[in-house]
Amino acid sequence: MIALETINLEKTYAVGFWRKKPRVALRPLNLTVAEGEVFGFLGPNGAGKTTTLKLLMGLVFPTGGTARILGKDINDPAIKAQIGFLPEQPYFYDYLTAKELLEYYARLSGMEPKERVRKVEAMLKRVGLKDAARVQLRKFSKGMLQRVGLAQAVLHDPRVVFLDEPMSGLDPMGRREVRDLMEELKQQGKTVFFSTHILSDAEALCDRVAVIHQGELRGVGHVAELTSSIAAKVELIWNGSAVPAGLSALGAECRVIGETVRAVLPEAQQEAALEILRRERLRLISLIPVRSSLEQYYLQKVSPEARPAVGAR
Amino acid sequence: MNRVTHIAANTFREAIRDRVLYNLIAFAVLLSGAAIFVGQVSIHIERLVVVNLGLTAVSLFGVVIAIFIGIGLVSKEMEKRTLYTVLSRPVRRWEFIVGKFFGLTGTLVVNTFCMAIGVFAALLYVSHKFHASDAWILVALFFIVLQFLILCSLALLFSSFSSPLLSAVFAFSLFVIGSFAEDLRGFAGMSHGLTRWLATGAAYLVPNFSALNVIGQVAHEQPIAAHLIAFNTGYALAYSAMVICGAVLIFERRNLK
Repeated sequence: MIALETINLEKTYAVGFWRKKPRVALRPLNLTVAEGEVFGFLGPNGAGKTTTLKLLMGLVFPTGGTARILGKDINDPAIKAQIGFLPEQPYFYDYLTAKELLEYYARLSGMEPKERVRKVEAMLKRVGLKDAARVQLRKFSKGMLQRVGLAQAVLHDPRVVFLDEPMSGLDPMGRREVRDLMEELKQQGKTVFFSTHILSDAEALCDRVAVIHQGELRGVGHVAELTSSIAAKVELIWNGSAVPAGLSALGAECRVIGETVRAVLPEAQQEAALEILRRERLRLISLIPVRSSLEQYYLQKVSPEARPAVGAR
Repeated sequence: MNRVTHIAANTFREAIRDRVLYNLIAFAVLLSGAAIFVGQVSIHIERLVVVNLGLTAVSLFGVVIAIFIGIGLVSKEMEKRTLYTVLSRPVRRWEFIVGKFFGLTGTLVVNTFCMAIGVFAALLYVSHKFHASDAWILVALFFIVLQFLILCSLALLFSSFSSPLLSAVFAFSLFVIGSFAEDLRGFAGMSHGLTRWLATGAAYLVPNFSALNVIGQVAHEQPIAAHLIAFNTGYALAYSAMVICGAVLIFERRNLK
């Protein structure tokens, strides 16, 4: 089943004193996320990630297009019981304790009293806040607030969870805990749609990712597919300090490191480069394929020369 | 409807936790001091002074709370983004607005109830016993609560599209103009041409707070007509409902940037 589908979803804000100047926040977005997937929504700050999430949550209204969650229109109130949401840098009612806050959200989600008590207790334990359950949120650290945020997002056992920058501002331990929770959600068969600009997290967690930049979708697919689409490179290391003149013409980037030279060049030029080294009687130490990372793909897609993806699904 | 109740209860809890009811201490000090002072300096008008002072204080304290909490009810939630996690649940926007309204009016009703006890205590101190005419004080208090209903709805309306500062200015201005609504109607009756139309329109558009102010009558032990109680109740409920509908209409279309 399709968990999320956006069809030409777009948003333009009217800005300026007279609100006549348009500012495009999101250009027509077409995306499909299957149920059970962990989907990463990548992009630099201001790319349109939060706008997309706000559109999906019904917090802002689209200028055009539509979106469906679990086959239902996003404006259908019934769908809200099936989704969980963690906003970016969440802020909660700080006069409440963690327990009171979760109970409040559980009530709003329509949970039965017995189930509510059980779930709230379990969730506080799950996110490591059992001892702080009766402490007002105004005394919580940023990391603790993020944990409360995650707890409220999954408290009512939603089928689709939307997380906006869930690792933002967390220390390595906090990030690890969030990653563990997301993996747990995946094991439970939940769909997780999260925005981030921390690429290592996306690479480690996601089944598929999409890259968005300046409100435009620049690419979408499985991490392995996307990284393999980048032109492969090889790394050559040889003894000596001389760089043969012919290598630069092959597009090699060379660096002399002590008694060795390191060159990185396109895989297609590998044979030509080896021929030059043989001719110059230089002793090759190693030849290693350079693995393409999501970071390379991302940087390529958000570069000024990159073009938007057409009809990306 | 359950969700409205939960939002109202949370709004009430916020007011309590943010120590809004601490104003009751200031009120109690003011009223006790005034009662002792009046008891010593007034001859035969102790009741008049205590009722006038007490009910005016109840009204002013409530107006300040209604405006200063009401103006932040929506805008503060938007600014702090607490609204995002509420509206991403099965909560409709109208439920949020109506819940907020009931939460604030609930706070003011409790506040007024506590202050009313203070007024009656001060009255007992200066008069040594209650009289049958003191029951009209309850009607005056009821009218004050009706004023709060209207004021809360106005503050909420402004809060749904404006900044807290502008909302406070708008709400307070309407309270002041509304307190002179009868005079505005009188002026409209004496005017001619376009001025008459404009003054009449304005007089009926602004909330008629002056009709809800019977403090002077009650202080002079004059009875309040039953039809006035019925009319004022209907008027306040209808006016608040219309304003809340306006707030909902605006909020339903608002992008929560």
